[in-house]
Amino acid sequence: MNMGRFSGFGLVKQAFRHQEHWQRMWRNPKPKKHYDIIIVGGGGHGLATAFYLAKMHDKINVAVIEKGWIGGGNTGRNTTIVRSNYLWDEAAHLYEHAMKLWEGLSQELNYNVMFSQRGVMNLGHTLQDMRDINRRVNANRLNGIDGEVLDAQGCAEIVPIMDCSGSTRYPVLGASWQPRAGVARHDAVAWGYARGADSYGVDIIQQTEVTDIIIEDGAAVGVQTPQHGVIKADRIGCVTAGNSSVLAGYAGFELPLESHPLQAYVSEPIKPILDTVVMSNAVHGYMSQSDKGDLVIGAGIDGYVGYGQRGSFPVIEHTMHAILELFPQVSRVHMNRQWGGIVDTTPDACPIISKTPVENLFFNCGWGTGGFKATPGSGHVFADLLANGEPNKLAKPFNYWRFHDGSLIDEHGAAGVAH
Amino acid sequence: MFLIHCPYCEEHREEEEFHAAGQAHMPRPLDPDSLSDEQWANWLYYRKNPRGEHRELWVHAAGCGKYFNVLRNTQTYEIYATYKSGEMLEMSGPTTVTATGSVLNFSKAHASSQTDRKPGKSS
Repeated sequence: MNMGRFSGFGLVKQAFRHQEHWQRMWRNPKPKKHYDIIIVGGGGHGLATAFYLAKMHDKINVAVIEKGWIGGGNTGRNTTIVRSNYLWDEAAHLYEHAMKLWEGLSQELNYNVMFSQRGVMNLGHTLQDMRDINRRVNANRLNGIDGEVLDAQGCAEIVPIMDCSGSTRYPVLGASWQPRAGVARHDAVAWGYARGADSYGVDIIQQTEVTDIIIEDGAAVGVQTPQHGVIKADRIGCVTAGNSSVLAGYAGFELPLESHPLQAYVSEPIKPILDTVVMSNAVHGYMSQSDKGDLVIGAGIDGYVGYGQRGSFPVIEHTMHAILELFPQVSRVHMNRQWGGIVDTTPDACPIISKTPVENLFFNCGWGTGGFKATPGSGHVFADLLANGEPNKLAKPFNYWRFHDGSLIDEHGAAGVAH
Repeated sequence: MFLIHCPYCEEHREEEEFHAAGQAHMPRPLDPDSLSDEQWANWLYYRKNPRGEHRELWVHAAGCGKYFNVLRNTQTYEIYATYKSGEMLEMSGPTTVTATGSVLNFSKAHASSQTDRKPGKSS
């Protein structure tokens, strides 16, 4: 089985062979009885964790267990936006760590994740929005993160199709602008990390659901699966987004999470009209245009707890209101598809990357509505936690016990968190 | 789209008239000063997040403005019942009228799985 590197030469070679002999991306192994580390959840974060465990920590006796197919959950359901303009130091450092990894990711993985630093614009519609934007951009710059404050004219120059006339109900007064931010191809991120991890010998086990976590003397020792029985491990890391509460329930403790549906839409493909990402917290919508030409539109979460992987109709309507307010010229564009993912939100809108009350059981969850942008950084710090058993400097503030001692990292609304 | 029966208006109305307001039956501790940090955090931040039956508080925001309880399945999105604030619906009852008017059998197994999960069990 040829699993060699991808290259320009290979592209030409495969063209002459009628594209019929492309190398396999990863194996489909039978699980062993025991691993050093099991990662539950084969999304971007879980696969990135496996990749960095193998690459940075020489841990290759590792399995990723995924109940569906890799990247079929929130990794394949998000709106692909990458940025790091968070207000608080702890969050800014974590997301900027991810941003720096994004910048070399295609080379590191030998896989094109189509990371495009086309900039992200967070609009302000009120004087208070603009004060918050000024504060956040200043905080970003102090943390070494690029950022600019734009006025309405500056926004109109970058996005000519946006209605910055001031005659709208919620006029565009300005924006924060992060030029290094952008988008990446979300499927490619999962596939690239899976291929990278597999090349080191990590077992990626798909279509295997974890239905229980086996605990002996207060320590996690393995997982129960209907497909392959008990698989034992020295350490277990759960990276299961919307289903994290369910897994914590198997282990007998609770997480301060609520799972909500978050939906997204793509339109029919149209000619290029938007070469950046525009987000608005106030009118609650955000939009970018994919390389294919589809408008990729995101929205707010549904207010109720739900695991249905579909969104509610009122949210669709509100999102379309917001998008049409900003971009009146897309009023006749048809939406092709609509879908939902289940996001696990924490009270402070920051993730939990932490040890748990159960020994040898670790959780990386609570990324809520903004996990995709953090994929490389999340995997990187979680691999560190799983390998060493202790969180590193970046992960430490995001521990599970911060809700007990009150050291929350309150990013809700303060940063460009769109929900 | 939910069609929700407001127990005060006694009518089925569309989801847009309502807002979800989180988990139901969360009484504020009577003596907060006597709680440990962990118990206080449990009340403040920890909510049930079941994949299955869930009791929620909803408010009929564009209607009577009153809060009431909804018993709902978070996976199938089926609404089993709605009942007034301050009341407690016995789940071990043989049948419950659903929001859409059909009658649903409630097994005891369902009821016990619901009550097994106590709020703030974490340690």
